[in-house]
Amino acid sequence: MSEVLQTPATADEPQALSHDPDSLRARVQQALDAARARGASDAQAVVSHSVGLQLDVRKGEIETLEYERDQSLSLIAYFGQSKGAASTTDFGEQALLDTVEAACRIARHTEPDPCAGMPDPAFKADTWDDLDLDHPWACDATAAAELARAIEAAGFATDSRIENSDGTSVGTQRSIAFLGDSQGFMGGYCSTRHSLSCALVARDAKGMQRDHAYRVARAASDLEDPEAIGREAAERTVRRLGGRKLSTRSCAVLFAPEMARTLIGSFTRAISGPAQYRESSFLLNAVGEPVFPAWMQIEECPLTPRALGSAPFDGEGVRTRNRPLIADGVLQSYTLDSYAARRLGLETTGNAGGARNVTVAPGNKDFQALLREMGTGLLVTELIGQGVNQVTGDYSRGAAGFWVENGEIQYPVEEVTIAGNLKDMFRSIVAVGTDVDRRGNIRTGSILVEAMTVAGE
Amino acid sequence: MIDSLAQQTLLDPAGLGESELDTLLATTFGHGVDGGDCYFQFACQEGWSLEDGIVKSASFNIERGVGIRVVSGEQTGFAYSDDIAMPAMLEAARTARSITSAGQSGRIAVAARNPGRELLYHPDNPIDSLDEQAKIGILKQADAAARAADPRVTQVMCSLGGVHEVVLVLNARGELATDVRPLVRLSVQVIMEQGGRRESGSSGGGGRFGYAHFLEEDRAAAFAREAVRQAQVNMEAEDAPAGSMKVVLGPGWPGVLLHEAIGHGLEGDFNRKGTSAFAGRIGERVAAKGITIVDDGTLAGRRGSLNVDDEGTPTQETVLIEDGILKGYMQDEMNARLSGTRSTGNGRRESYARLPMPRMTNTYMLAGEADPEEIIASVDDGLYAVNFGGGQVDITSGKFVFSASEAYRIRNGRVTNPVKGATLIGNGPDVLTRVSMIGNDMQLDPGIGTCGKEGQGVPVGVGQPTLRIDGMTVGGTQAA
Repeated sequence: MSEVLQTPATADEPQALSHDPDSLRARVQQALDAARARGASDAQAVVSHSVGLQLDVRKGEIETLEYERDQSLSLIAYFGQSKGAASTTDFGEQALLDTVEAACRIARHTEPDPCAGMPDPAFKADTWDDLDLDHPWACDATAAAELARAIEAAGFATDSRIENSDGTSVGTQRSIAFLGDSQGFMGGYCSTRHSLSCALVARDAKGMQRDHAYRVARAASDLEDPEAIGREAAERTVRRLGGRKLSTRSCAVLFAPEMARTLIGSFTRAISGPAQYRESSFLLNAVGEPVFPAWMQIEECPLTPRALGSAPFDGEGVRTRNRPLIADGVLQSYTLDSYAARRLGLETTGNAGGARNVTVAPGNKDFQALLREMGTGLLVTELIGQGVNQVTGDYSRGAAGFWVENGEIQYPVEEVTIAGNLKDMFRSIVAVGTDVDRRGNIRTGSILVEAMTVAGE
Repeated sequence: MIDSLAQQTLLDPAGLGESELDTLLATTFGHGVDGGDCYFQFACQEGWSLEDGIVKSASFNIERGVGIRVVSGEQTGFAYSDDIAMPAMLEAARTARSITSAGQSGRIAVAARNPGRELLYHPDNPIDSLDEQAKIGILKQADAAARAADPRVTQVMCSLGGVHEVVLVLNARGELATDVRPLVRLSVQVIMEQGGRRESGSSGGGGRFGYAHFLEEDRAAAFAREAVRQAQVNMEAEDAPAGSMKVVLGPGWPGVLLHEAIGHGLEGDFNRKGTSAFAGRIGERVAAKGITIVDDGTLAGRRGSLNVDDEGTPTQETVLIEDGILKGYMQDEMNARLSGTRSTGNGRRESYARLPMPRMTNTYMLAGEADPEEIIASVDDGLYAVNFGGGQVDITSGKFVFSASEAYRIRNGRVTNPVKGATLIGNGPDVLTRVSMIGNDMQLDPGIGTCGKEGQGVPVGVGQPTLRIDGMTVGGTQAA
């Protein structure tokens, strides 16, 4: 089986890693061999390593400068259908053997599970494309500080009511990971993740408000204009000043893209293997049933180049593929690893480690058009608290945002809750916007829900 | 004198003696440095889980490393290494020190520091406190008790976890403190099904002791029965009301109210930076008369307790609110210094790879005088909420939520039908001014809380007596 080609790190390279691919691969193999030597019938090991820098500036001064350097080894050992897992951050020879021993010891005590075991080799990835995930960034502390100062200064310059900062951060991380198993799979690759964020505080006679803006991308060149981030943070903060409560009512709710993402997150949790086999899902056994309106499509796109959730193979080495989750509103498939698949009598869908780049197909209206379509209702730009029961779908969360009338924002709203049931909310989605937020593993535009209960005064 | 277990675990394997620590101190700190520390940590943890009546998986994890933090003015430089060895530590020290522009290194003498009181928990490794079969036995007991409690139970998921942590903190003044911290937890979740309706219930507990705790007083089975009882209640629950109403909170874990409404807002970092809704309000009334709230890291065996915090400062009882008046904030070393006060022993961190900051320990309200039954009888129409999931707060606006997982409607002074889970929302700086009755039944939670701040989770405790609050927004679906 093959692996991603990659050049060894050198000291001159930006974000050079401290362990080269050959040594990580050798460590994976050593752990697998040690497990087999202790009688394991099968084993799977992951070795990962990352380097990073995180710098925070507040009011123009560096507040913290953190250098990260992480490494870990984790191993699953199977003794027939009994399983044990162990991990360590210690890369010493003895620690490796101790970790293998711990996994084997546990496997001798756990009870056999008929569904436990390795994935069917037929599903494993044997070749894969470079997904363009590795973009080292030559950003040292000096450059990071300059960038953070520029972002924050742009924020302060935007509006005189910005009186304080809760910190502007520049973060950059480069990782490498190798997965191997006793059936001969060995694969790994490098990836990067860079982020900029700015949180500001504004004050008026009524009190203070805080909000933030951020960007995250695989390549620094995709982070956009830093000053735009400062301005956005300032605008988002200032517009919250003077928030009011609403009287309790039922009304339409428009979830801004970052909040719409959390609704789709509840959907992906509900169709995950464990939620299904533990009967802990409000979408239990729902494949083939209409879950969303018939015009809605949701796809999983793990092979999108440069995307934050992309991966050529899953946590078991099973090949990933782009596939529909919702077609014409109907649930097509769960997201399964090989264990969940055996529990449910299905085939693995390459989702060990979760769903990747879940993408809601946008409709034909932009954000302004969605406000007009809603006419009167609540635009939600922040949600706080847990308040989602994944077993029943009952939903009740704290919210802040804006009251909208005649398709126009009237005033900021705070200290209200929104409540409903996710099954009803999904079916009563009226529109999905073209304002797609690509900064995460779930990609969606704004989502307009026909009616929810808003509780306030 | 250095604790021998800490020395054997953290220093001896790397051959670190007095002269090596002197070199480390001299390289890391000295002139131009206001504070910081070398934080050595060893942690091993295990988790056993049961599903479908069998213990089918378990995991074991070992972490070892050192975090080096250099503080100068309001600036912090930080680097860490998962290799406790001189070359790696000196490299991390030089990296962390790059935050300061100048300064000559100086000689600092190492001196032991300890709280000078009885240990709050036993240093034995809880993972070794029972053998594997006995650990599995605890899970099986819980499983059997849950299934026996109600035939409608279709799924039982239990997990048992233990952590053994050894820390050694050497600060910029050369003070050296150690702590050996056990932590165990048992959790039970059940799914119940009847006529196509599925509901869940969960329960659990733990603290800083060994696993035998769960075998005593039938605790494992009691947690299981409690999880089933909650699922039974949820099976009968009707839609929750929506709108502002009187709320009676039960004792114990509902104290998550205090953690969210005022606890985070009283952490020293937010107040130094002026980003908390409570900033600059010491001496002002922020709660009704009769309300006293403390943060106390010195309660023996509690999940939120520590002998010393992660900066080596002995924990203490800190009065946050006394008879309704705001008295003080929770501080770590850096924020205390910058605010002209002393650390309250609240400097905590998730691990050697993360920076410490002011965090809560066990935060609770002292008991009042009202009989809990009288409190309920005094409400004509309201909500009685006795169990909660988690909560969250926006410390700048002061708005906070916490989500009820078991609640009932009160009508004419009596507890009536159960209602579905709903989020309660309020404003931290004024919610406690609306407390009109304080029960005499103060309870601490069973040992289940984990607090998250800036991505770092730490174990905490909460507690309170039964409380009546005259007006909170309840986030149900039915107009009240």
